[in-house]
Amino acid sequence: MKARAFDYRRVASVAEALDAYAACAGEARYLAGGQSLLPALNLRLDAPDLLIDIGRIEALRGIVIEGESLRIGALTRHAETLASPLVAAHAPILTQAAAYMAHPAIRNLGTMGGSLSLADPASELPACMRALGATLEITGPNGIRAVPADEFFQDLYETALVPGEMLTAVHVPLAASGSRMHFTEIARRRGDYAMVGLAANLVLADGIVTAARLGFCSVGPTPMRAPATEAALTGRPLDGDAITSARAALGDDLSPDDDDSLSAAARMHLARILLGRVLAALGEDTAEAVAA
Amino acid sequence: MSSPQTLSLTVNGTRVRHFVEPRLSLADFLRGNLGLTGTHLGCETGACGACIVNLDGQPVHACLMLAVQADGLRVDTIEGLSEAGTLADLQAAFHARNALQCGFCTPGILVIAHDCLGAWAASGTIPSREVIRDALSGNYCRCTGYEAIVDAIESVAKARAGRSDPQPGGEAAI
Amino acid sequence: MSAAADSPGAGRYIGRGLPRPGARRLLAGRGRYTDDVVLPRMLYAAFLRSPYAHARLGAIDVSAAAAMPGVHRVLTGADFEPLCTPWVGTLSHFKGMRSAPQRPLPTDKVVWAGQPVVMVIAETRAQAEDALEVIEVAFEELDAVVDLDEARAPESPVIDAGAPDNVLFRTRIEAGSTANAFTAAEIVSVDLRFGRHTAVTMEPRAVLADFDPSEGRLTVHQSTQTPYQFQDLYARHFGLSEARVRVIAPDVGGSFGMKLHLYHEDMAVVGASLLLKRPVKFTADRMEAFASDIHARDHRVRARLAVGPGGLLRAIEVDDVTGVGPFSAYPRTSAVEGNQVVRLIGAPYRLTDYRADLTVVAQNKVQMSQYRAVGHPIACAVTERLVDLAADRLGLDPFEIRRRNYVTEDMYPHTTPSGYRFEKLSLATCLEKLHTLMDYPALRAEQAALRAKGIHRGIGIATYVEITNPTPAFYGVGGAHISAQDGCVLKLTPAGEVSCAISITEQGQGSEAIIGQIVAEGLGVDRDHVRVLTGDTETTPSGGATWACRGAGIGGETALQASRKLKGRILEIAAAILQAEPGTLDIRDDAVTDADGAPRMTLREVANLAYYRSDLLPPDVSPTLTVAHHFAPRGYPFAFTNGIHGSLVEVDVETGFVTILKHWVVEDCGRVINPLLVDEQIRGGVVQGLGAAFFEECRYGETGQLLNGSMSDYLVPMACEMPDIVIAHVETPTLDTELGAKGCGEAGTAASSGAALNAVNDALRTFGADIAQLPMTPERILRALDVI
Repeated sequence: MKARAFDYRRVASVAEALDAYAACAGEARYLAGGQSLLPALNLRLDAPDLLIDIGRIEALRGIVIEGESLRIGALTRHAETLASPLVAAHAPILTQAAAYMAHPAIRNLGTMGGSLSLADPASELPACMRALGATLEITGPNGIRAVPADEFFQDLYETALVPGEMLTAVHVPLAASGSRMHFTEIARRRGDYAMVGLAANLVLADGIVTAARLGFCSVGPTPMRAPATEAALTGRPLDGDAITSARAALGDDLSPDDDDSLSAAARMHLARILLGRVLAALGEDTAEAVAA
Repeated sequence: MSSPQTLSLTVNGTRVRHFVEPRLSLADFLRGNLGLTGTHLGCETGACGACIVNLDGQPVHACLMLAVQADGLRVDTIEGLSEAGTLADLQAAFHARNALQCGFCTPGILVIAHDCLGAWAASGTIPSREVIRDALSGNYCRCTGYEAIVDAIESVAKARAGRSDPQPGGEAAI
Repeated sequence: MSAAADSPGAGRYIGRGLPRPGARRLLAGRGRYTDDVVLPRMLYAAFLRSPYAHARLGAIDVSAAAAMPGVHRVLTGADFEPLCTPWVGTLSHFKGMRSAPQRPLPTDKVVWAGQPVVMVIAETRAQAEDALEVIEVAFEELDAVVDLDEARAPESPVIDAGAPDNVLFRTRIEAGSTANAFTAAEIVSVDLRFGRHTAVTMEPRAVLADFDPSEGRLTVHQSTQTPYQFQDLYARHFGLSEARVRVIAPDVGGSFGMKLHLYHEDMAVVGASLLLKRPVKFTADRMEAFASDIHARDHRVRARLAVGPGGLLRAIEVDDVTGVGPFSAYPRTSAVEGNQVVRLIGAPYRLTDYRADLTVVAQNKVQMSQYRAVGHPIACAVTERLVDLAADRLGLDPFEIRRRNYVTEDMYPHTTPSGYRFEKLSLATCLEKLHTLMDYPALRAEQAALRAKGIHRGIGIATYVEITNPTPAFYGVGGAHISAQDGCVLKLTPAGEVSCAISITEQGQGSEAIIGQIVAEGLGVDRDHVRVLTGDTETTPSGGATWACRGAGIGGETALQASRKLKGRILEIAAAILQAEPGTLDIRDDAVTDADGAPRMTLREVANLAYYRSDLLPPDVSPTLTVAHHFAPRGYPFAFTNGIHGSLVEVDVETGFVTILKHWVVEDCGRVINPLLVDEQIRGGVVQGLGAAFFEECRYGETGQLLNGSMSDYLVPMACEMPDIVIAHVETPTLDTELGAKGCGEAGTAASSGAALNAVNDALRTFGADIAQLPMTPERILRALDVI
C-alpha cells in the first residue's frame, strides 16, 4: 500500500499555502496531521499531485479566549485539546470527546482543522461543534469568513469549504452559566469509529432546560442535530418524563441507513439508548456543571 | 513527476541527511534507507500500532507520516531507545513475564508503554489495570492476549513509583 | 494476572517457568522478519488482483505497465506454465475428494475477488504498484457462488468446470444406530452458524526467493511455520533438485496455522526469481492479507442430542456444511477442519451412537484451511451447547450433567464413536478443579443477586479434548509430504558448549526455549550454554516443523533422546580418559562427575580432548561429539489432551454489548516443560477464541466481495475488551514418550468460544432468549432478545 507519487511543499504561512494551492495546475491537498489523509493516499483512494504541508504554520496553533469564545487554532493536535485546561474549563465536551478519538499516537498528530475539514460523520469533533454552536473560521484567497457549524457540514465528506480554502480556527462559545454538557459514544472496541455517538449540550436555569443542542455521530451523512428531540427537552425539568419524551421524539429526527455491519433498526435503537443514558447522566447532580 | 527532496533529521541521536521521494513514509525511510527494521509495518493505516516511534519525544505512527514531514525533527526508534538503556526496566519486565511471543507488535508497545509510564510518573499516579489496557488500546497483539503485557507494565509502574512487586520467574534483565 | 509458578516436580529446567532467551533480541528491535531481509539486486513484486469473485479471463495488456519506471518484468499465467507444475489440494485418505488444479497465476478464469492475476516486478514496491494501475485486463463477470445452500442447488453455477457440482468432499461417520437412540428420548437440538475467520497475523505473509543460476540453487526466505514442506514443494513443482533448494524461516510475526499453506504468490515469486535470476521479494500488505490469507471456520452445523433417563447422553446426530474456497488448499486440504469437527463432536462423553455428515462446499471466496485449533472450536461449541440445552431441559446444573456423562477413569484406553483413541484423560479432575477455581457457587449466588437488580450475568463452561502430537495418520497416510517425525543434531562444541539443530520451528511460542531446557537438563549443562537452531532446511534435519501442537511432545522427545545419546558419548570418552566405567559417571553443571556429584573433568576438557587430542583416546573410542537422532511417535495416532474453560460475562440487554468479566482454563497437556510459556499460549489462544465469540467474521456481499477486509472493519480483540484469564494445570503425561509431554498451543482457542456461547445463553435464559450464531454481535443479541 504505497501512495502514488506527488509533489510536496512545506509552507510557513497561510498566505503561502493559499498561493501554493492556487498555483498548482493539478490537484492539491493541505497536509496537516495527515492521520486521515495518509491512509487514503496509501490505499490510493486519493492521489493528488501536490501536498502542501501546513503543519508548521505557527499562526494556526494555540488555544486562547477571545471575547466570549474560545479560539482553537486549526493545527491544534487532539492531544493538545485533550490536555488543555482552557478547553476543560470552557468546553469540557471537547475534552471528553478527544478521549474517544482513536488512540494516543494518532492524537499526537491529528488536528482539529483536519478532523473538521474531513467531516467524517463518525467523528466526534464535528458533532461536538454542532452541539456547541461553534463557528468555523475559513481563510481563502478572498479573505476570512465565518460559517456556523450548523451550516458547515453539508453532506457526506462535504463541507462549506471551497477548494483552496483552509480552515484556520474554530470559535467555540464559552460555556454559559448553567451549562451541562456530556459526550459519549458506543463503539465495539475502545477507539473504534462510533456506532453512534452523542454530544449533548444543555443549559439549565432553576432546574428548567432553557436550551438543548444535540449533535449525533454516525447516524447520517453529516453530524446530525435533533431539533424535535431538543424541543421535547426544552422548557421543562430534565427528569424521567423528559427523557422518555426525548427518546420518543428521536425517531422524528434521525433515519439512518442500513449498512452491512449494523442495521438501521439497531442503530436507531442504540441512538435512543445512548440518548437516554446521556440525559440521565446530565440530570444527576454529578453531571458536568460548568460555571461562567 | 515528483521531485525528490532533501531530508535532514536526527535519528536515534545521529544527524542524517538523505534525498527522498515525498511519498516515502517515515516508516519506509527508517526501514529501507536507514536499515532500522525494528519499526514494523502491520497495516499502513495507523490501526495496528506496530510502527510507533517517538517524534520529538512523542509517540506517532511512522506509517502515517511522510519522511519529509520529519525534516528538522528528532526521531527515536526502538533500536535507539533500547541501546540508550531508556527501556531497560520495561524490557526486563517484559522478558521476565513473557509479555511477548512473536515480537512483531513489541517495539510499538514498548514505545507507547514508555510514554505512558512517563506521564503516569509525572502525575504521580500508579495506573490501574484498566488504565493500562486503555493505554494499549491502539496496539494490536495477536499472540499474547494482552494480560502478560498489562502485568509487565503494571510491575514497572509500581517499581518506578518505589513500590516493587516481586517478579515471579524472573531471570536476568536485557 | 501473575506469571505461572513452576510445575510440581520440576527438575532443574523441565517444569520451570523460565523466560525465553530468544525474546531478548525481539525486545531490542533486533528481530529479523522476512521483509527485513535485503539481498543484493533484490526486486519487489506486486500483484494485480481480480476485482470479481468469478469471471472469465480475457485479454491482458501489460504493455503500458512494462514501460513504467523501475519495472523489470510483468508476468501473467502463461509465463509460469513452462516453469511450474500445477498443484491439487487433495489427499487420498479423504476418499472422493475433488479439487481443481492450481497454477501460480490463472490462465482462463478467476475464482475469488482478490486472486492474483498479473505480477509486476520492479525496483521498488511503490513503482510496482504504479505499474499495476496501467494494466488492462478484460474480465467477463460470471455469477458468483457465495451461499452454502445455493451452491448445492442444481441450477448453481459450478466453479470447477471439470466437476459435476460444487461439493469438494463428503463423508459420513456412523457408529451404532442413532435412529434407535432418538426414539423415546429427550431430544435437544442446535442450528449453529459460525463466522468465517482470518488470522490477522501482525506480520503479513512475506516471501523472498533468490535463484542463483550459476549453481541452480534456490534460496527462499519465507515467513512460514514449515520450511521443510516448502523445500519439498518448490523442488517438486519447479523441477529443482531438493538438495539445491533451501528454505529459511527467519523470525515469524505470528502464524497460527495460516502460514502453513501454499499461496499462489509464493509460487509466483519463486517462478519470477527463476526467470529473472535475481532475488524477488513479495510482502503482502494488510489489504492483501485480508484478500488472500486463508480463511477458516465457515460452518453451519445442525445437531441433535438424545438424552436418556438419569440425564445420560446417548446419541448425537450432526450435519455439518462448510463453505470453503473455490478449491481445496494445498497441501493440507480444506477438508481437515470439517473432518475434525465431525470426529470431535461428543468426544468427551460416553455415547452409544453417533452419526455425522460432512459436506465441504466450494465458494467463490478466499480459500479456507487450517487455522489455530482447526475444527475444535466448532466441535466444542456444538457439543457443549447441546449438553447445556440438555441440562436445562432436565433441570440439571451444567457441572452435574457433565459429571454424569464424561468418559470415566476406568474406560481408558477409550475409542470414541468417531474412531479417535484416548490414552488417558483427566476430564473429571479438570471439571472439579474448575468448579473450585471459579468458585462456582459464589458466582451463581452473585448472578442471582444481580439479576434482581437488573444486571444480567452469564456463566458458561465448555469441555474440550484436543488433538496433539500427530502421527502420519494426519497427513502422511494421504500422500502428503508432511513429516510427522523430527530430527535433532546435537553437538558438544570444541569449547564444551552445546549446539542443537532441530526440526521444530519457532513463531514466538517458545519452541527454542523448551528445547534448550530439555537438552540442558538431559545433558546436565547450564541452559545458557545451549544454543538452539531452527527454521533452516540447510542447517537442521528435515522434520515436521510446528503445527497441530507437536513441538513440545514430538520435538521435545527428539531433543531428550538426542541428549541421552550425546551424554552417552561424552561419558564414554570421559570414562576412557578417567579409566572409569561409564555407568559410574554423570554430567552435572557442565562437568563429568562421579555418581555422587564430585567433578572429575569439565565438558570443555572433554571437548578439547576429542577435537584437539584425539591421540590420547584409546583406538576403540570414537572422538564423535556430534549425534543425530530422529524420533517418530509410534503409539497412539494422536496424543489427546483435555481441559475445560469457564466464562463469566455481563450482558447489557439494552445495547446488546457483552462485557467479558473473566475467563478460566483448567488444562491438561501432560508433562509441562515450561509453565510460563504454556500459560501465555493458553491466554493468547483464549483471546483468539473470544474474538471468534464476539468480534470476528468475514462478511461477504452477494457478488462475493469481502465487505470488511480492513483492520477497522474486521474486529480483532484488543486490550480493553479482553479479560484477565486464570489458569490451572493438571498433568497426565503420555506414556508413549519418556518426556510425557503433549501439546498445548491450541487449547486456549478450542473451548473459549464455546464457553462464551454458553455464558451468553445462560444470561439470556431469563428472557426466554437464545443465540445460535457466532460472533455474538450486539445486534444479534438484541434480535435474540426481540428488542429489535
